[in-house]
Amino acid sequence: MNLRKKTLGYAIVAFVLLLLPVVLSPLLGSEQLATHLTARNEAPSWSHPFGTDWLGRDMFTRSIKGLALSLGVGLTAALASGLIAGTLGLMAATLGKAADRFISWLIDLFLSVPHLVLLLLIAFVTGGGVKGVIIAVGLTHWPSLARLIRAEILQLKSSEFVLVSRHMGRSRWWIATRHLLPHLWPQFIVGTLLLFPHAILHEAAITFLGMGLSPHQPAIGIILSESMRYLSTGMWWLAFFPGLCLLILVRSFDVLATNLYALVDPNRSQE
Amino acid sequence: MKRTGISRFLLRQAGKLALLLAASCVITFILVSHSPIDPTQAYIGADLLRVGAEQRDAIAEYWGLNDPPLQRFFFWFGSLLQGDFGTSMIHRAPVSEVIADRFLSSLVLMITAWVMSGILGFTAGVTAAMKRGSWLDRAIQWYCYTLSSTPTFWAGLLLLIVFTVWLPIFPVGLGTPAGVLAEDVTWLDRVRHMILPALTLSITGLANIALHTRAKLIDVLGSDYVLFARAKGEEGFVLFRRHGLRNILLPAITLQFASFSELFGGAVLVEQIFSYPGLGRATVEASTRGDVPLLLGIVLFSTLFVFTGNLLSELIYRWIDPRIREGQSI
Repeated sequence: MNLRKKTLGYAIVAFVLLLLPVVLSPLLGSEQLATHLTARNEAPSWSHPFGTDWLGRDMFTRSIKGLALSLGVGLTAALASGLIAGTLGLMAATLGKAADRFISWLIDLFLSVPHLVLLLLIAFVTGGGVKGVIIAVGLTHWPSLARLIRAEILQLKSSEFVLVSRHMGRSRWWIATRHLLPHLWPQFIVGTLLLFPHAILHEAAITFLGMGLSPHQPAIGIILSESMRYLSTGMWWLAFFPGLCLLILVRSFDVLATNLYALVDPNRSQE
Repeated sequence: MKRTGISRFLLRQAGKLALLLAASCVITFILVSHSPIDPTQAYIGADLLRVGAEQRDAIAEYWGLNDPPLQRFFFWFGSLLQGDFGTSMIHRAPVSEVIADRFLSSLVLMITAWVMSGILGFTAGVTAAMKRGSWLDRAIQWYCYTLSSTPTFWAGLLLLIVFTVWLPIFPVGLGTPAGVLAEDVTWLDRVRHMILPALTLSITGLANIALHTRAKLIDVLGSDYVLFARAKGEEGFVLFRRHGLRNILLPAITLQFASFSELFGGAVLVEQIFSYPGLGRATVEASTRGDVPLLLGIVLFSTLFVFTGNLLSELIYRWIDPRIREGQSI
């Protein structure tokens, strides 16, 4: 088994882990979320692997549904951010000096406010809710990727094969589609994938802080902030398992993205 | 010659800061004035039934909410320039006072966490690079990658469970003991209440610096001068002190100064978990309860905070690095 196959193996395992909550969430149904006053505050057992909360709701079901929601929000927000980053990075690198200056300044402006404060501000302004969370997370994750894409294009534009092509009289369109795009696609896709972990963590963070989703929705942030009231009575499972699930989810995204990058990056194809 | 270089640099930075703050003012004001949240409503809150229409109008008039947006903006911006940030709706005190008061307790927490994460992260990175490929290196790397995917607030909750519920060593939360008069609080109490939040902030903050330091030191260890030093028989700590330390200290320090943004974000989460009365908690209160003047003040203040970090990072780079320092005076 060579390194390439191993890398592919890691990527597939991570991908399956990511699919798990999406597949399990509709299968589990919602009757486990109803209150069962006979089964309150139970420690983890075979029938309730993650225990139950103070209303007798099964924590396993709540966690899985929360993860599915997090994935949905993260997906939408990261795609939006990726789109913004791609557009702005492209504009900065191709539309001349003034546009480049302005977009670079805009990137600096976004990076100069602490990320969490910016998230809270935007979520507050949009009035909270799932919509507010998606807008806040989607609007704030593009700067680093935009900067990366801009740098990549600028470097490609001055590379020898592009200069040679230009001297041979190729059109801008030809150069853009045949030379630039093949290099940019993997960068862009992996860059967008790498936005997911941040997007999901930030979604959980602002939900935890109380901006956003309603308390009835099973989101990891809400589960964790609710659990804070019951920790002093020793109900550790309320916080431990949902957080662990979130950690595994985020880590799998990271593993998936880095391994995928190793596979598609032309500079590392010989490894 | 050197002096003019520095003053020109500072002047340019000051111009950048002014532009940055002005842009933040305009953008945040536009954002907030389009918010669907009604500030009068947010102010009244649960007393909805006891407040009549006339009183609502009086409140709106009192806060100046009936004026056109542009007039409100210039009124607000004008007062900002005079140092008046307005009055916080929650605290019923001037925003600048609230921020100054809260920031002081946050600052102690942040500095402690910042120093701890810097030292621990640097040590971990150096250890990992010096023992490259060993189980220790793998453990440190695994820890760092895992920690960078860990939600800060979850790490805080775990520490809370272990150290206050299972092993009651530390107090559960707040900045000072409950039920004790402010004059009777000793600094030892404050320290005891600060340890857990600071610990949470530093164990999650060290991953970045550790990984960065490890990569840098591995670069340095692969260089020709280290190969030559090894050939002379130097090894272990002596080799590191003579050839590694100074090469990697500078990027580590500047990275640490440039991390003020994450530090502030981490403090927001950590203060919320431990009910620590700092600026982070004020941020959360302001945004969940709709205290617009306080929120705007905090946005501007935190921008200034992050800018200071970046400026310090650049200044230190210029001051410490002999290559840049000498290059300036020529």
